[in-house]
Amino acid sequence: MRFYEALDLEPKLALDLDDLKRRFYERSRQWHPDRFSRASPEEQEKALEMTAVLNDAFRTLRDPFARASYFFKESGIDLPKEAPPDVLKEFFELNMELEELRGGDESVRPQVATAYERILEMRQTTDTALAGLFELYDRNEEMRPTLIATAGDLLNVRRYLSNYLRVAGKELNVPLPN
Amino acid sequence: MSPFQIDFGNRESKIVGIDLGTTNSLVAVMELTGPRILSGIVPSVVSVTPSGEVIAGAEAREMLLTHPERTIYSVKRLMGRGPADVEEELELFPFRLAPSSDSILKLQLGERVMTPPEVSAHVLNKLKLDAEAALGVPITQAVITVPAYFNDGQRQATKDAGRIAGLEVLRLVNEPTAAALAYGLDKRKQGIIAVYDFGGGTFDISILRLHEGIFEVLATNGDTHLGGDDIDNLLLRIAFEDIQSEWGEDISTQTTGVQILRRAVIEAKEKLSFVPSSMIDFEFGGRHYQREITVDVFDKLIEPIIERTLGPCRACIADAGVRVEDIDEVVLVGGSTRIPLVRSGVEKLFRARPHTELNPDEVVALGAAVQAGILSGDIEDQLLLDVTPLSLGIETMGGLVSKLIHRNSTIPASATEQFTTAVDGQRNVLIHVVQGEREMVKDCRSLARFDLKDIAPMLAGLARIEVRFLIDANGILNVTARDVRTGKEQSIDVKPSYGLSDDQVEAMILESFDKAQDDLKERQVREARVEADAMLAAIEKARRDDAFFALSESERAAVDKAVNELLVVYHSQDYLLIRAKIDQLNEATLSLAENMMNTAVRGALKGTKIDA
Repeated sequence: MRFYEALDLEPKLALDLDDLKRRFYERSRQWHPDRFSRASPEEQEKALEMTAVLNDAFRTLRDPFARASYFFKESGIDLPKEAPPDVLKEFFELNMELEELRGGDESVRPQVATAYERILEMRQTTDTALAGLFELYDRNEEMRPTLIATAGDLLNVRRYLSNYLRVAGKELNVPLPN
Repeated sequence: MSPFQIDFGNRESKIVGIDLGTTNSLVAVMELTGPRILSGIVPSVVSVTPSGEVIAGAEAREMLLTHPERTIYSVKRLMGRGPADVEEELELFPFRLAPSSDSILKLQLGERVMTPPEVSAHVLNKLKLDAEAALGVPITQAVITVPAYFNDGQRQATKDAGRIAGLEVLRLVNEPTAAALAYGLDKRKQGIIAVYDFGGGTFDISILRLHEGIFEVLATNGDTHLGGDDIDNLLLRIAFEDIQSEWGEDISTQTTGVQILRRAVIEAKEKLSFVPSSMIDFEFGGRHYQREITVDVFDKLIEPIIERTLGPCRACIADAGVRVEDIDEVVLVGGSTRIPLVRSGVEKLFRARPHTELNPDEVVALGAAVQAGILSGDIEDQLLLDVTPLSLGIETMGGLVSKLIHRNSTIPASATEQFTTAVDGQRNVLIHVVQGEREMVKDCRSLARFDLKDIAPMLAGLARIEVRFLIDANGILNVTARDVRTGKEQSIDVKPSYGLSDDQVEAMILESFDKAQDDLKERQVREARVEADAMLAAIEKARRDDAFFALSESERAAVDKAVNELLVVYHSQDYLLIRAKIDQLNEATLSLAENMMNTAVRGALKGTKIDA
């Protein structure tokens, strides 16, 4: 997989973020176009190409959602597209509330703020679960078929959680934690 | 010349760093001791003299008062924009548009018509000449700074300006990032810093992580039409109203009056950063207008403008994924950050005391020079990782935008998309590329239309064309396409929505080759003036010499007359005229020189000074 190759990594779901960052900085120093401004056009072209892929790779792999999506897509595995129905229902209600706030109804602000805290916690829980699942997936080949469905559910839920945090965070004026 | 010059001697030439500002521009160079500003501030003003010569800088700024209709300032506000974009600008800026196409603005300066990149090229050319004079080597390569929030078209226009001026633009660097480079290099800092850059015409905010010499931009935001100019315009409006009621006259339609008033307003504004109250003092057409502005009134007036900068700051903090308390330091850039209310607003938002050690007017140019040093290989341990400020997308069904590269992605960044045909035998596919955060195409900025052409005729949906969108380290989009089935490169026609085509830029460069004549002329004028300076200084000195008193009255009168005539032509652009007057003065002072020689000789012979 190209993005893993760009950072000299085995294709795995679980990655050490500090190691990833270190590799990214190291390769940036080596390949950034700034280092090639007096080189031949061919070398400049290559540096541009290497760095573009390196940046795309780092951006994708540092984010668990983007990384997993990329990983499964490249592995030829289709994940379920939708979140579980009960989660969808809950988000439908949360989003209604959020829409009211966006529409100028300040009375729902406290509820949105409370929901924001709860969703933030849920995302942390989801991330912990995902991290555990990623490691399990990497280690245990036999379990993979059963893990894929769970991974899909978790990733879809996480997408909903993140979207909510993004929109609500903007309304509440709080920075988005990564 | 610096003693370190020799160490750079093995390089063919120097790469300069240029801050091409809305109001003022500066050029700097990297030396062993650090970045250094070359020559003084060059006002970003261009004028066409009545004799048809194009001048830039301080001289051109003077022309604003005498020939406002032949002079243009703040042209940066027009870079990369179309005629429809600038209607609001025209209300307060005396830009005179020439009939132009939809894609590029044309400006009327006297009898000349120029596009914004050409106007900027004259400012760049002035900086180039200044740098050449200061360094004694030809300058052909440069790093030029742009507002971080500049879109693709504005960046391309800046690059075009460089090319027209005969400069290879090795890199466009975002202004706040350049400031961070100058600042970080100085302090060897680690941690997270915010750069608040409030200049003459643009506002930028960037948040960076500094780590072992890597300057990684986490997020950037801003407003390319917000700056000190807007504050000037608020004050101008007040003065217009006052004058209307006091004099019963509308000054706002009188170009010369507006320019003189603008200068008075700026002076009053700048004083307010240091004293509690100042005076707008304006004299025009024999009449006098004065108005006191207190800091309280001023603060109330500009509060909405400062508030407009804080919104992007909050968004930037959120996008950077940091909390306010994670930000270790805030660096202030741009002249408008001298305003105390701006400083306190920044301090309140970031809960950190802003840094002001470096001159906010110079820090961007110094940073550009650092980046030039990185490119030349003189600086090896620093590296800048910048981001694209705006998302890049393509138009899809129903006028919707499909985002391909998200804002704040580290550049270079790329995305690949496959296209196919919708109708049997279709030969072309049109791709509309836009930049912006909104969902509808009409709310985003159109960048260009790419026409994939000469597709082999086949059934609908069979063609497979892979298009690669790549934003390079300058933040400029490059597009390539290939036919997936044949692997062959697919030909593309590019039609930029705003800006010059390659051929147009080429033609302007050719024009500037002719301009080399003008450059030569400019140099000759400068040389003539230097000679005149030396001559005038020598005569001033001689006036105290005994030999001067030995001259007859008519001889003295002839000298005075020649001096006056030289002074009259001193500022003309005609070097032959200046030379003629120098010769005339030479002639008139012949007997003076003779007398001085004689007295000196006699003095030397007798060992004493002889009284006349």
